[in-house]
Amino acid sequence: MNLRKLSNHAGIGALSLCLLLTALALLVFLWSIISKGWSVLSWEFISQPPREAMTSGGIYPALLGTLYLTVISIAIALPLGVMTAIYLNNYGKPHWLVRIVKVAVNTLAGVPSIIYGLFGMAVFVNLLRLDVSLLAGSFTLAILALPLIINASEEALRSVPKDFTDASLALGATERQTILRVSLPTALPNILTGAIISIGRVAGETAPIMFTAATFYSRKLPKSLSDEVMALPYHIFALMTEGSNAQKQVPIAYGTAVVLLFLVLGISALAIAIRYQIRRKRKW
Amino acid sequence: MVNEASCLLNTHICVQNLNLWFGTNHVLHAVDLCLYEHRITALIGPSGCGKTTLLRCFNRMNDLIDGTRITGTLLLDDEDIYYPKAQVTSIRSRVGMVFQKPNPFPKSIYANVAYGLAITGKYSKAQIRERVRESLMSAWLWDEVKDRLHDSAMSLSGGQQQRLCIARALANQPRVLLLDEPTSALDPQSTAKIEELLTELKKQVTILIVTHNIAQAGRISDYTAFMYLGDLIEFGETQQVFTVPKDPATEAYLTGVFG
Repeated sequence: MNLRKLSNHAGIGALSLCLLLTALALLVFLWSIISKGWSVLSWEFISQPPREAMTSGGIYPALLGTLYLTVISIAIALPLGVMTAIYLNNYGKPHWLVRIVKVAVNTLAGVPSIIYGLFGMAVFVNLLRLDVSLLAGSFTLAILALPLIINASEEALRSVPKDFTDASLALGATERQTILRVSLPTALPNILTGAIISIGRVAGETAPIMFTAATFYSRKLPKSLSDEVMALPYHIFALMTEGSNAQKQVPIAYGTAVVLLFLVLGISALAIAIRYQIRRKRKW
Repeated sequence: MVNEASCLLNTHICVQNLNLWFGTNHVLHAVDLCLYEHRITALIGPSGCGKTTLLRCFNRMNDLIDGTRITGTLLLDDEDIYYPKAQVTSIRSRVGMVFQKPNPFPKSIYANVAYGLAITGKYSKAQIRERVRESLMSAWLWDEVKDRLHDSAMSLSGGQQQRLCIARALANQPRVLLLDEPTSALDPQSTAKIEELLTELKKQVTILIVTHNIAQAGRISDYTAFMYLGDLIEFGETQQVFTVPKDPATEAYLTGVFG
């Protein structure tokens, strides 16, 4: 065997090793969470409220709270983000304004999440007097999701071939018709990808909702937008830092983590399935 | 003002003293050109001579490029389409355009042809259905697609896609059909079919075609315009331009001295 072949094999070997290490890290991660949390999982765990100062019972209010927070914040951020992206991509004049918006969006994307929490508390909770509530938390999470959605949507709209928009305009369509009938439908799968990523982010964030929406312990379910809510990531934080019965609380915390993982996974799977359906129907 | 000599009776689209700049780049120099009704006019010339730019003046597609400035007039049925208050969407719906690369929308075959009518909001579903059928028949595509009108247009072959684009343009019943090197991305059979189709289509619509293929211009066009470096050098009946060109540059281009 000559040297070139040997170095080729060595290279492929090194790459395989990297792949194995990554896969191993993921497996160890999943195993350590699931093995520690598995024992507490049951139907009662996800359908009952916590009892006896979080040492038994389930996590139903927190599960519901996280679902509400995620759905409401995405419902706010998605239309806002997509419309911003349309403006940036199609009407972006004058250019200095576009540049400022883009810099703002990218800066927003890099802000640590705890700062969003402080910002949300200052603006939504105190200034707008929403108090610590589902609505205040959803707004805060929506601002966190915005840059992700704007960037993904803008990228998706930019990758719509100019051939399509030219054809539409040449047939006498207005710019508005071209965006609604050609650009948006073509970009939709990639916009959804952006939405999927932000769903994962939003559902798992703790810091932004700490001061704006979440409560340690509540036996009643959220009934309105102005209610405080429990949320899965914050519930984990509470179980690990508060209370006095670590022996009972720690497995519950890991169980909650498993539920959160599968919730995010489930939402992503659903969105991917929808995206796949759209792509398949279009055959390109 | 008007070059009357070049505007004979049966013309309905006339370019008069048209100048175009992209930024500071003077691309078209005082172009005068009239298209004869129900005839095919070929625009030929070397790359970068401005023939595509001139073509895109006829439906104001150059408006989409930042920094474009245009002076002069372009009359479509006695209406100056560069009149400041002219309705661009209305002009474009009366001027069909087919692009170099087949560019059907990622929609169904039916939705592609119906698009230009659907966006006006003026036609009933039955009217649109009828016009889609007529247009597909005119573009010689009906028999190939009548059983799968709701399949994706992307499932068609390249040549079929280009004929679909022609049908899509015809659905608006345009006064003139602009084609920008419509066969340069196609195989010889598809090219032959489209050439044959165009000579049939001139019965219903005036045609202006940009082509790099001199032989193609010779085969299908009635009139030929030769452009060079932003000037319209020569315009005349194709047979005359090809056999006894008046300008030495035209002769040099046609005989392959440059290109």
